[in-house]
Amino acid sequence: MIIKIKDLYKNFGDLEVLKGINCSIKEKEVVVVIGPSGSGKSTFLRCINKLEEPTSGTIIIDGYDITDPRTDINYVRQEVGMVFQRFNLFPHKTVLENITLAPVKVRNVSQEEAEKTARELLQKVGLSDKAEAYPSQLSGGQQQRVAIARALAMRPKIMLFDEPTSALDPEMVGEVLAVMKQLAREGMTMVVVTHEMGFAREVGDRVIFMDEGRMVEEGTPEQIFNNAQNPRTQLFLSKIL
Amino acid sequence: MENILHALPLMLEGAGISLIITAVGIILGSIIGLAAGLARLSRNKLVRLGGTAYVDFFRGSPLFVQIMLIYFGIPGLLKSLHEYWVSTGGEPFMTNFSLNIWFAAILSISLNSGAYIAEIFRAGVQSIEKGQIEAARSLGMNHFQAMRYVILPQAFKRVIPPMGNEFIMLLKETSLLSVIGFEELARKTQLEVARTYATFELWLTAAFIYLIMTFTFSRLVDRLEERLKTD
Repeated sequence: MIIKIKDLYKNFGDLEVLKGINCSIKEKEVVVVIGPSGSGKSTFLRCINKLEEPTSGTIIIDGYDITDPRTDINYVRQEVGMVFQRFNLFPHKTVLENITLAPVKVRNVSQEEAEKTARELLQKVGLSDKAEAYPSQLSGGQQQRVAIARALAMRPKIMLFDEPTSALDPEMVGEVLAVMKQLAREGMTMVVVTHEMGFAREVGDRVIFMDEGRMVEEGTPEQIFNNAQNPRTQLFLSKIL
Repeated sequence: MENILHALPLMLEGAGISLIITAVGIILGSIIGLAAGLARLSRNKLVRLGGTAYVDFFRGSPLFVQIMLIYFGIPGLLKSLHEYWVSTGGEPFMTNFSLNIWFAAILSISLNSGAYIAEIFRAGVQSIEKGQIEAARSLGMNHFQAMRYVILPQAFKRVIPPMGNEFIMLLKETSLLSVIGFEELARKTQLEVARTYATFELWLTAAFIYLIMTFTFSRLVDRLEERLKTD
């Protein structure tokens, strides 16, 4: 198990957002988290790389207990790439610089080596010709593909996706999902929060339905989408499918 | 007219001194301001309190009073301390307590501008979207690296217009240094007026010299801002 989460609680002030999450994720597994907005799925994802500090519980990533204050979280984060809804590319840097910055400054990779890797990754996401462009010159779909390349440049073992297509115009969703599908086929461990049920069905090894801070139901895409047991899952799916 | 021409070289010399003291004030003020601005954003409560106390004090009291406090107040304090030391049986070791006037001028102007620049930097850093620091941290950068490579470069671009503003404000406020006899433009004008009695002409000339300097500078800032627009 590359991710082990036990009794995870997260409060924002008086608001309980996560109410006891238990979840283990295997290496190379693609887990898709679905659920209504406000169900805590993004908070859950952000706890996995400690962008949100858990209120209680333990999270073990590749053997490191990140809820232990002695753990070097910056080291563990190098193993866990994250892709955000709003891309969050660095606007003052070119595409190439966006991708090479962290490997050079954090992993101490040489500039030439980092650029070589960056160009390979750009080719992989289909943006070889955009290396020298600034983020503002790219479309949303292109920016998100650069963001994926930037995360991959750290050679992470796990990739987290926080609604990666929610901020995109509909015609750009496909190009981003295609990159994610390829990544899944290559055996990347992925945790994806999304509203793209087609993607969940096609790529997901496991689908988790979250509601009101709890994991209500989980199973294979087949089980969840065609044979949901819990009435809340059924209600949610009936609204969106 | 003759009076103006006669006074002009000295007044221009004063204008040069005003510019120098402003430039030095902005440079030292930026260093102080960056430290104080970041202190105000620190997670450490004590550090934050220190930054806030400094900023509040120097923004909340008049520069005029700060100049008096530094130039006259500090020597007064040193003298009292020294007298106390001697009264308790210590050997006297100081005879001259007055501050060098350039030192006092630079110190008061820098400390004052530092407080305003701290707020400019703080606002600049806070104006960067939260997603930027999250992206940087998610890549494994520590807080310092995220600030150094991602947040501050973006914040610096955004603080150029308010910094230009601060320079202009400061240039005008250096005229207050005339109160301690520091010979910048206002003080030089005062001296020339006393000599020639050409009150209206010379003060009007001084106003125009300030105006020319501030106007030129604000155009320069506009151009710099234009050139730095990458995105």
